[in-house]
Amino acid sequence: MTLLMSVRDITKYYGRYIGCAEVSFDLYPGEVMGVVGESGSGKSTLLNCLAGHLPPDRGEVLFDSRVDGPKDTLKMSEPERRMLGRTDWAFVHQNARDGLRMNVSAGGNVGERLMAVGARNYGDIRRQATQWLGRVEISETRIDDRPTTFSGGMQQRLQIARNLVTGPRLVFMDEPTGGLDVSVQARLLDLLRGLVRDMGLSAIIVTHDLAVVRLLADRLMVMKDGHVVEAGLTDQVLDDPQHAYTQLLVSSVLQV
Amino acid sequence: MIQISDVAKSFTLHNQGGVVIDVLAGAEVSVAPGECVALTGVSGAGKSTLMRMIYGNYLAGSGSIVIDGVDVARAEPREILALRRETLGYVSQFLRVVPRVPTLHVVAEPLLLTGVDLAEAHDRARAILARLNLPERLWGLSPTTFSGGEQQRVNVARGFVCAFPAMLLDEPTASLDGANREVVLSLIEEAKARGAAMVGIFHDEAARDRVADRQIDVSTFLPERPGP
Repeated sequence: MTLLMSVRDITKYYGRYIGCAEVSFDLYPGEVMGVVGESGSGKSTLLNCLAGHLPPDRGEVLFDSRVDGPKDTLKMSEPERRMLGRTDWAFVHQNARDGLRMNVSAGGNVGERLMAVGARNYGDIRRQATQWLGRVEISETRIDDRPTTFSGGMQQRLQIARNLVTGPRLVFMDEPTGGLDVSVQARLLDLLRGLVRDMGLSAIIVTHDLAVVRLLADRLMVMKDGHVVEAGLTDQVLDDPQHAYTQLLVSSVLQV
Repeated sequence: MIQISDVAKSFTLHNQGGVVIDVLAGAEVSVAPGECVALTGVSGAGKSTLMRMIYGNYLAGSGSIVIDGVDVARAEPREILALRRETLGYVSQFLRVVPRVPTLHVVAEPLLLTGVDLAEAHDRARAILARLNLPERLWGLSPTTFSGGEQQRVNVARGFVCAFPAMLLDEPTASLDGANREVVLSLIEEAKARGAAMVGIFHDEAARDRVADRQIDVSTFLPERPGP
């Protein structure tokens, strides 16, 4: 099977402080990788370096794009990378407000992504937008409402629809369930699992919530002080952690 | 089908003074297609640890665990996931699911992962749930609120809905009444008849004597045992 993404030696310093250091991994099509660690461990820095939001000091991100085959995305021009961000890639922010246009209707938020990749027929765009709202369990009757009138959970589902409507191959997610009520989290997790399975998506999910990665991620990387201290099959890392820090992380979760 | 050679396992508790707990050493188990091997031994002997290593849930300390040509002790995560999807089923004692997913979906999921279409997956899930006498009114509900015996039947259904060539059974009859215990035992016998290689832990001795072809006492794999 061809690699979807190959990450080598991604390193980012903030002045003399380590953001993340020497991170390498391979991702195959359909794989979901979780990245966990405490605040300041470098997981969000890593995600932003991979997604092209932040230039790393060194390293390589080879991505197998649909159009050009494997390319180092860090060496791409800004317009090229922006195109990738609209086609093969998607980014789901923790705060839905960062990923949505709040003064545009729900249907518009989904539809403008289709227009960005060349869709022009209004009827088709509206039909696809309606269908996607349904998939993320937002009622069709809300299609002309702005996301400002939506609950946090609905906004997050709308952000997911906006991101997935163009059929990306890889989704970056930064704390996708952060800030949501537990009951809303479960619903979102179920939705994401179904979408990942049905669309054959790959994803890189950064979270501090071990329950989220247990349910969503095939593989797990544990980060501490900018370094990956342990990586492996998700349930193996959580149930039989080898590194002292992972053992501490797993044993610190409160049982309900 | 399942070949375990010289497997050892210890746990190092880094945050509890670096204590090392040696659980197993020199474990040897081999299971042929159509055979069911029961792991026995006192509580703490390492039955569950060995079972979890076979599934790739625990990391083997040394040795090899070869299932259908894949050495789980050394395999990449995606190879283990492929093995779990296609080859190796697991009926665990505990149910771990997304809270609001209906039982029918929980049971159909392993089929969907192997590419079976939704209608057929649901048909097969319904058939096995009916066979395990889980009332139809529960199929649309999440199993998180079910009783112990009901959850166990959901686990069994999820494990047996695919015709896996290898299966691990952790106390598959533990919280079941007589009629349902009988159904589970026939499911095991049918799986053996179609050639599945099985490893099980059964505290239910009558069940063990009925389905197991051989018993292996895990406490003979003690690390302290005299050297060769």
